[in-house]
Amino acid sequence: MNSFLATNAELVITVVKIGLLLFIVLTVNAYLTWFERKVVAHMQSRWGPHRTGPHGLLQPLADGLKFFFKEDPTPAGVDKFVYYLAPLLALALALTGIALIPFGPDPIRLLGHEIYLGIAPPDVNIGILALFAITAMGVYGVALAGWSSNSKYPLLGGLRSSAQMISYELALTMSVVGVLLMAGSFNLKKIIEAQAHHPEWGLLGWNVWPQILGFFCFFVAAVAETNRVPFDLPEAESELVAGFHTEYASFKFAMFFIAEYTSMITVSCLCSIMFFGGWLSPFPASWTLTHYLPSTILILFGLWVIWDGIRYETVFGRMVLPVLGTAITAAGAALILLPGVNTFIQGPFWLLSKILVFLFVYVWMRGTLPRFRYDQLMAFGWKLLLPLSIVNVIVTSFVILAKMTWGAK
Amino acid sequence: MTAPLVVFFVLAGLAVIGAVSLILQKHPIHSALSLIVVMVALAGLYLLLGAEFVAAVQIIVYGGAIMVLFVFVIMLLNAGIEEHTSISKMAAAPGLLLVVALAGFVAATIARSSDSIQATSQTGEMSSTLGISNMIFKEFVYPFELTSFLILVAVLGATVLAQREKS
Repeated sequence: MNSFLATNAELVITVVKIGLLLFIVLTVNAYLTWFERKVVAHMQSRWGPHRTGPHGLLQPLADGLKFFFKEDPTPAGVDKFVYYLAPLLALALALTGIALIPFGPDPIRLLGHEIYLGIAPPDVNIGILALFAITAMGVYGVALAGWSSNSKYPLLGGLRSSAQMISYELALTMSVVGVLLMAGSFNLKKIIEAQAHHPEWGLLGWNVWPQILGFFCFFVAAVAETNRVPFDLPEAESELVAGFHTEYASFKFAMFFIAEYTSMITVSCLCSIMFFGGWLSPFPASWTLTHYLPSTILILFGLWVIWDGIRYETVFGRMVLPVLGTAITAAGAALILLPGVNTFIQGPFWLLSKILVFLFVYVWMRGTLPRFRYDQLMAFGWKLLLPLSIVNVIVTSFVILAKMTWGAK
Repeated sequence: MTAPLVVFFVLAGLAVIGAVSLILQKHPIHSALSLIVVMVALAGLYLLLGAEFVAAVQIIVYGGAIMVLFVFVIMLLNAGIEEHTSISKMAAAPGLLLVVALAGFVAATIARSSDSIQATSQTGEMSSTLGISNMIFKEFVYPFELTSFLILVAVLGATVLAQREKS
């Protein structure tokens, strides 16, 4: 057994990492639904889920159980093989996408092994291209689900989805070329490191400033690729019942749901990595005091949870919330006491904060924007986004060429 | 059997099975799906050869864009199960002859190569993105630009054909 562990250490580590990431992503997905419902509810002056557990925190658990135990009928006349393949494909591709994201700069050193955060090794040469390949394949889940359901509304949803994918994929790919030119690599880690050339500039060194046009195109196209509001025409519950997943119930529906939320997380990761410096701190490197920011936030948040828990309406809430708050405060305090861990946590902390901001923007857009009409969608993609991203590529290349020709030697 | 060799045979098998299934499937969508399997298996083979860029582009362009378009058109036309026609006797004889010739050619090529079949990875010029772009934009820049021009003409032609009925 020991010799097996010794010879296959890499394999064992990778399998453990896959299991861990799967667990984390699925949990985050579940709580993302809670987050979305809460935020949209408060934007519309409602409470959102608040009955199941304190602040509705157990709602995702209840929803998950419901997905498992609901009846799962297969409609008559469906193309069985494709009907079952579609949700599997959607989920598998979405989860594969997130496996390529690096979550931190430094490896954990354990028993002589360097364990990097993130499943793919950090030196994947085609990181961003592989991600685009996976998103390109992702449309089949939606399109095939629509086709195989043998029903009119899903078919319309599937058609819209594939048309939307074809239209926005070009803009999506072109919009990152500027970033790739500046970094000179497809590797996600190198793209982040290229933004750290001026450690004293802090957030002014990020790609988003020179590439503001590229960022706009990328984010809009990426939202369109994930079929989220205002680009959720394949679902369009007010016209197409539920669009491509009308005929799916129970866990097969949950698979589409998880796939959608996972791609939201992947897109947020990509935005943070390519345009917002990934795990780089927004402050200049000499401001070492900012290293205590994670613990400060954790302690303050933990104290607030305790204070809120003591006054909570239900007995269950008064029991659970203070314990939760104490745990969060203790975690924050532990970070101060363990400087090594604190330094290590900086990169992942900033990356996760940025991801959270983008997820909030996703939800914010859902609470704010109406859905595009179909012709508006097409005109927006082909007549605005694509030309803009091409202009961005040309301008960026000329600036880089000018710098190479006349720039400081 | 080394690990790359096993992966090679799995991917090659997938590609062949996909290609056969592409012809045998009755429904156009199933045929399209089989073609996607072939494309992805080929991308895997490229990856095995160390051509990462080509593998990714293979999936993005063929597996993604072009096959999505195929699936889109099949869905849009709502094409049903294809009808059987009686096999043409005229085509059967030369077809059989061609199959035999092709099989003989492949067998001869395999027999002539002295090395046993194995996946050798490319580490030189061709594998890296830099090497490929150097080739496309320096060495073969004129053929490349000519091809682009050809595609542009085709796009314009398609647009003109599509617009004709309106005016």
